[in-house]
Amino acid sequence: MPALVVVSHGSHLNPESSRPAHEHARRIRETGAFDTVRTAFWKEQPHFREALRTVSSEEVYLVPLFVSEGYFTEQVIPREFRLEDWDGWDSDGTSAVSATLSAADTGQTVHYCGPVGTHDAMSDVIVRRAESVTGNPDVGDGVGLAVVGHGTERNENSAKAVEYHADRIRARGRFDEVQALFMDEEPEVDDVTDYFASEDGEVRSASGHSSGRDPRDIVVVPLFIADGYHTQEDIPEDMGLTDDYRTGWGTPASVDGHRIWYSGAVGTESLLAEVVVERAVDAGADVGDTLEQLRERGDDAPITSERVSDRHG
Amino acid sequence: MEREPVAALREAAGEGVEYDGLTARLSDGNLHLVVEGAETTVDDDSPDVVPDAFVPYVTNWYYWRETAPQRPAERTFLRWLEGATDDADRATVPDRYDALVDGIARTWGELLITTMLTDEDQRRYQVRHIDDRDVPVSDLQTYDDPDDVDAIARRDDRDRYRPLRTAPTLRTGWVFPALEPDALVEVVGAFYPATIENWYREREGDLDVTHYREAAERQTGRYRSVSELPVEALEWAAEACCVDSQCLKRREWDEDGETELDVPRGEGVFPCREPCSLFVAAAREWTELEREGSRTFEFELTPSEKAQLDDLVDAVAEGRVEEIREADLDEGANRYRARYLRAKRFEDGELPATERGEDS
Repeated sequence: MPALVVVSHGSHLNPESSRPAHEHARRIRETGAFDTVRTAFWKEQPHFREALRTVSSEEVYLVPLFVSEGYFTEQVIPREFRLEDWDGWDSDGTSAVSATLSAADTGQTVHYCGPVGTHDAMSDVIVRRAESVTGNPDVGDGVGLAVVGHGTERNENSAKAVEYHADRIRARGRFDEVQALFMDEEPEVDDVTDYFASEDGEVRSASGHSSGRDPRDIVVVPLFIADGYHTQEDIPEDMGLTDDYRTGWGTPASVDGHRIWYSGAVGTESLLAEVVVERAVDAGADVGDTLEQLRERGDDAPITSERVSDRHG
Repeated sequence: MEREPVAALREAAGEGVEYDGLTARLSDGNLHLVVEGAETTVDDDSPDVVPDAFVPYVTNWYYWRETAPQRPAERTFLRWLEGATDDADRATVPDRYDALVDGIARTWGELLITTMLTDEDQRRYQVRHIDDRDVPVSDLQTYDDPDDVDAIARRDDRDRYRPLRTAPTLRTGWVFPALEPDALVEVVGAFYPATIENWYREREGDLDVTHYREAAERQTGRYRSVSELPVEALEWAAEACCVDSQCLKRREWDEDGETELDVPRGEGVFPCREPCSLFVAAAREWTELEREGSRTFEFELTPSEKAQLDDLVDAVAEGRVEEIREADLDEGANRYRARYLRAKRFEDGELPATERGEDS
């Protein structure tokens, strides 16, 4: 029976960083779909280098809990897991599915899957997060949605993943307006209200796709895996939800005449466990009714955060 | 005794069984057993009637065949826990059973793992912090799910995040009272990831050690520079990070295959096979800092103030700051003493010093 390894960055400084990986692994473990469900980290333990030897299965599905294709998924993970003959997924930046390789360390067959962040099902997780943060399962009418990403970082794919989901959710017509915004490139999350017109204002359309309606209420969902200083300190302050993250902010908070519901990192949404399994299924895993099991339990509350004040490391 | 172990042994005996001092074979269709100093043939009509002297041998064989994990690393670890590995001083099964009634305790890092015999001659494993060895179970928080380990291991007794699972800072006050073998190896693997596997590889003589230079060459991005760390700095770094007071792994890597580091490797039971991510991150800082040359500075201190600086560095390096009592003014790293020194000698948070030129 194959094993599943959930691959995550982890942190030397922020105890919240690895929590989504542990929690999603636990949820999947409970379904019994895999012989073993393990976590593996770049900054914590077991390290990428040693994770495969803790798994006895000959066949392993390796799913990166990362938001986009890039430096980690294309260089660090294949190198550290010792995946032989890796030469990429043949992807346009958001289309990676899987590659089947051999691990030099253990001889195991590894199905190296694309990151969770670019899977189509991630769009549903973002919408679910909008529902959970507003407490409204039908949220959409009269509401704008901002999907927020880090931005360029080391590669352009980081922004592509955010835009990909914004486009998909916009095409569903559920929200009045959907925008992709970024921390360190235009269009910036600092100006979030500019991209959603108030009742008598003008819309600055970041995407060129304006519905012509004027959403006064905005839901902001950060496409990050874990809560850390970006999601809990920078973004709330950049958007003006609060002057000092340590004092917290309202949900919703009022900014420039808009009501803004700001959620934590989308990676803490319980539904993300389903995306991890979808990745393995796309790579050929036979998981029986696991997806149904997770879906039935997908209404669970998001993973709760401890107070985050540590910095990423 | 129960019928199942005898029936299973009869089935296996066709090909002959030799295990932990028990020999079993079929003789004219009857199950024939030999143990140290005794032999018997089990009556087919009453397969549950096995002479008492043979029962521990049969149930022991059955446990390791039917219940214990089959994976070599885990199995060897479980046998090591009860003193049943193939060492010269291995106890006989009856002696081992006598000891298991009271429980056989071994330490693994800061874990105290006690193997106990159940009424059915199965094993149960109790795990707690070594410092809680004498605390009644009723005074400890009890757990039974390996998934609970993360919540215990994430923070130390002072509620600080533990980025290094093998640091000797595991919190106390908890117990897994009675784990089955599969759950036990999960729990140990969650507290100390991959330690069982690497310990086993080392026992088998095939631990894959990656020395510092090789590990450093592999790094990219922000850690690319660590290959430039000079060897003397590597010694200091290992002394800072890798000794027993900082990490419970026993360092098996060196600068390279030919150049051993002088720093003690540590006494830990499980090996460290390559520089960890925390060490690499620290090495990056020290690589940057070592780019600076030494300078000669001149500043004024009394001899006692110079000694106080020694005390301050030592207290921080040994993690003693929290222990120093509020009013212990004899202690150089006492907070009032440090504040006094700052008030007297420092300006804007810095010790005024005159630079006397750059050393070569």
